[in-house]
This record gives sequence, C-alpha cells and structure tokens, in this order.
Amino acid sequence: MSRIIMGIESSCDETGVGLVRLHDDGTVELLADEVASSVEQHARFGGVVPEVASRAHLEAMVPTTRRAFEKAALKLSDVDAIAVTAGPGLAGALLVGVSAAKAYAAALGVPLYGVNHLAGHIAVDTLQHGPLPAPCLALLVSGGHTQLLRVDDLASSITELGSTVDDAAGEAYDKVARLLELPYPGGPPIDKAAADGDPAAIAFPRGMTGPRDAKFDFSFSGLKTAVARWVEGAQRRGEPVPVPDVAASFQEAVADVLTAKAVRAARESGIGTLVISGGVAANSRLSALARERCAAAGVELRVPRPRLCTDNGAMIAALGAHVVAAGRPESSLDISANPALPVSTVSV
Amino acid sequence: MLVLALDTSTPAVTAGIATLSGDGVTVLGARVTLDARAHGELLTPHVLDAAREAGVTMGDLDAIACGVGPGPFTGLRAGMATAAALADALGIPAHPVCSLDAIAAEVPRGEPFLVVTDARRREVYWASYDAGGARVDGPHVRPPAEVGSAIPRAAGDGARLYAEALGARAIDPRYPTPAGLVAAAAPNLLAEAEPAPLTPLYLRRPDAAEPGAPKKVTAR
Ligand SMILES: [Zn+2]
Repeated sequence: MSRIIMGIESSCDETGVGLVRLHDDGTVELLADEVASSVEQHARFGGVVPEVASRAHLEAMVPTTRRAFEKAALKLSDVDAIAVTAGPGLAGALLVGVSAAKAYAAALGVPLYGVNHLAGHIAVDTLQHGPLPAPCLALLVSGGHTQLLRVDDLASSITELGSTVDDAAGEAYDKVARLLELPYPGGPPIDKAAADGDPAAIAFPRGMTGPRDAKFDFSFSGLKTAVARWVEGAQRRGEPVPVPDVAASFQEAVADVLTAKAVRAARESGIGTLVISGGVAANSRLSALARERCAAAGVELRVPRPRLCTDNGAMIAALGAHVVAAGRPESSLDISANPALPVSTVSV
Repeated sequence: MLVLALDTSTPAVTAGIATLSGDGVTVLGARVTLDARAHGELLTPHVLDAAREAGVTMGDLDAIACGVGPGPFTGLRAGMATAAALADALGIPAHPVCSLDAIAAEVPRGEPFLVVTDARRREVYWASYDAGGARVDGPHVRPPAEVGSAIPRAAGDGARLYAEALGARAIDPRYPTPAGLVAAAAPNLLAEAEPAPLTPLYLRRPDAAEPGAPKKVTAR
C-alpha cells in the first residue's frame, strides 16, 4: 500500500510544502510542490533578513499547505507521515516549520520525521531521475551552502568531504552582483550578463586550490575581494566596468573550482555518480562545465530541474519518504530546530 | 464547547483544555512550563498532555483560543504556528486573543489596572484596563519609566521586573493562563463568530538596515 508523505521546509526564505507518494517498490512520486517566497522582501537589504523571513513563514505556512493539498487533490487525512526540516538553517525560520509540522502530526495522529535540509537537496533528485545509486557524490551549492558530500545511504549515511571555509557560492554571487550594480539575488543576473562576456578576460583566483589547501574545501571570499579590487581599479582609472567580462570571468572561477573538486573526489573515490543541487546548480556555466568534466571522467551527472534545486517542500517530502522506506525511527514531538544540524544527521 | 488554549508570548509555555458555556470556563487539563527557550520543543507535547489529562482527544476539540502577543517574536511564533496548523488540520476555528487581555481576564475587577509583560531590551509590553476589565489603552511597547500611568497596580511578569520604574504594585497573574485565554476569547467563541486572522501583535519592526555602497577593498 503506497503512503503519502508531506514535507515542510522553512529553513531560509522559502516556505515550502510538498507531497509525495512512496510506492511499495520504494520509488517516490511527486504530487505537489508549493512554495511561497519572501525573496522580494529581502532584496533591498541585499541578503536574507532572518526576522523578515520568519514573519513571512508564519503568514505563508497554512495557505501554502492548503495550496499543496488542492494541487494534489488530497485531504490532510490522507497523509501517512510528516517530514520537516529540523536544520540546518535560520533558527527563527526553522522554528515556524517545526512547530507547524508537530501540530499537523499531533492533530492527524501520524508520525513526524525531523530531517536534514542538506540531505533533502540530494533526495529531491530521485523525484526526477529515480533511485540514486549508492555510493554517490553530491555537490550542494546555494546562497546558504557549498558542500561536497559522499552519500552511502540517503536515509542514514552522508559524510561531508568538504565545504566552504567562508562564503557560500551563492553569497559570492550576491556580493559580486552588488559590486556590478546588478539586482539581488545575484545568481540569475550574473549568469545573464556573463552570456555576453569573455570568461577568459580576467584571471580571477581559484580559491583553495594550492597544494597545501584542503582538497575538497572551498573559499570564495578571496575571489569576491579580487573582483572588488579589479572593479575599483577600473573605476579609479575612469574606465567603464566591462560588466559582461567581469561576470563571465567570475562565474568561470566559481564553476572551475566547484567542478574540478567534485570530479576529483569522484575519481579518487571511484564513485561514478555526481548530483549537483541547490539554487546555484541552475547556473548555466556550472552545469555546462560539470557536464563536460563528468563526461571526460566517465562520471554520470545528475542535476535536478531548477524548480527542484531551490529550497522547497518536495525535497523534504522526498527525503522523508526515503527515511520512512528505510524504517528509520520517527522523531519525538519534543524535538527542537537545530540551526547547525550536521549533514551526518539525516533524521533526528 | 471544548476549547484548546495556547500562549507562548511570555516565558510560560502554556497549553490547556477547557469547557466554555454561558456559565463560564472550566479548565479540564493544563500544562505550563516556564522556559523562554523551549516554546518550540514543548508546546505540542503540552497540548497532548493537557488533552490526556482532560480525557479528550484532539478530534473532540471545538475551537482554539491562541495568544497573539505582544511577546518576544520567536517564541510567540511557535505558539501561533502551532495554533494555525492545529486549526487547519482539525477543521476548527482559532480565535486570536491579545495575550495581555488573557492576563487581564484573571485580575479581580473593581479598580483600574495595568498589564505589563517583559519585552526584553529593557522595554515592556503594556496595556491599561478600566475597573470592569476592559482594555482602554494599548498594547504598546516602551521603556518601563515611560509608561507614565498613574494606575497603582499592574499584573504580568513585567510588573514584577519593573515595579519601581512603573510606580505600580505587582499583582497576579504573571502570565496568561488557559482560563484567562478562554475567558478573553469567550464572547467570540460563544457567538461562533468568524475568527479574526491569526496575526501576531509584533509592535516592533524587524531590525534590518539597508546596506550602503560596498566597502572599498583597495586603499586610496
Ligand atoms: Zn537549501
């Protein structure tokens, strides 16, 4: 008998409610994926304001849930289990989703699963491409995370190989966008500007690629500073800033380091599958370079469609389905949101 | 009518089940814990414990009375998200109650009084009530010394913290109680009125500054 899993996500600025069907053969089918975003409310601040995000989550939680059930033509009473992002993320934002999820679970009398947001970004790929081979590698890139992970079991065993030591990749995009007077969030406008630029115009540094640097860690703050220095230099000389060239060269530096490290990890561990997920996964240069390098290395590349890559409830429902299918224990109703939940803890 | 009362606007994590009729409020089960950082953890377990003590199931509930503050935002939202989701799942109305009114509902009538709770950052949330218990001013957020009321008695935990600055004698209760929440919502509950939106009384804007020009990284 198939089971309906509801997923609730509120770790950053998207309120997401997803519904999936877990079939008896273990496959997971997407039924609804509704998201309410507060991104526009953060734009003038140049980054997510936690209190603004938390207020928006509270307002959007029930309406987003209603929409998801309408879309799936299901009733709340059809739900067999509820998964919710327990962390990592913004404390106040997480708390709204966790509180609502507990209440839904208590009212419906169904089990609650507090799950890891990062693992959700990986699990979401199964909604589009089917079961993931184990082991596989995952590169998560967004405004909040930049991580290279080894997945031995999606429901219980994920290991961090490396992560950013300073800014997340998406954060670097936001900061460079500001330097170039492009709108927030910076990913899409930089990608667009870069289409007309020369990626080899400016040799921006590749962070953390020295022989003594941690093999699989990342750093983007030096790159951001290098871009700022370059832009200021042009301004000081009274030259116009060639925005397309700066954008393309910056984007090339980001994509180069991310894909080089991910493919190196695949090669060294003999793992044949790489998943790239998170908001920055939609970046055109990142996916093109990843495709090229994975093909050359004989690694299967899986990138969920952009709608699934950004934060949403479907990814949490998908992960919840895998956790349920694996027979992992349900969460207690007194769990707390954990802003620093490590990726090794898939469910709490 | 069987009513679930919730409030997380103060350090008290409050849940209770009460019956309400024209004759008044009878609390059948309640769970209250004083822990300003445990609202998210404890509220739903408290709801289930209170229901167990009352000998009822979630499906028996007819309505919810939820404190909507004012109160520290993060904790306040835990209660409101809980109430909103419970109401949605159970298909019952959730009536908002100003948390200060819930405290006021338990203050003996006869003289005017204040209700004052801790707003942190050396400020208080407060409102004033007439001798019949009706709110006449507030809710506001202000430093205690600037409340500037001549009313000599004040309920709420803020009254205890800042009795001197307020120039008022602290009286009970200190926190919203299940009985007070249901009593404050009673007119709307009994009228079976369409509930007002469950909107928090924040009284303060989010702290956020718009960035200026990017900082220069090169020296001039
Ligand atoms: Zn994310």
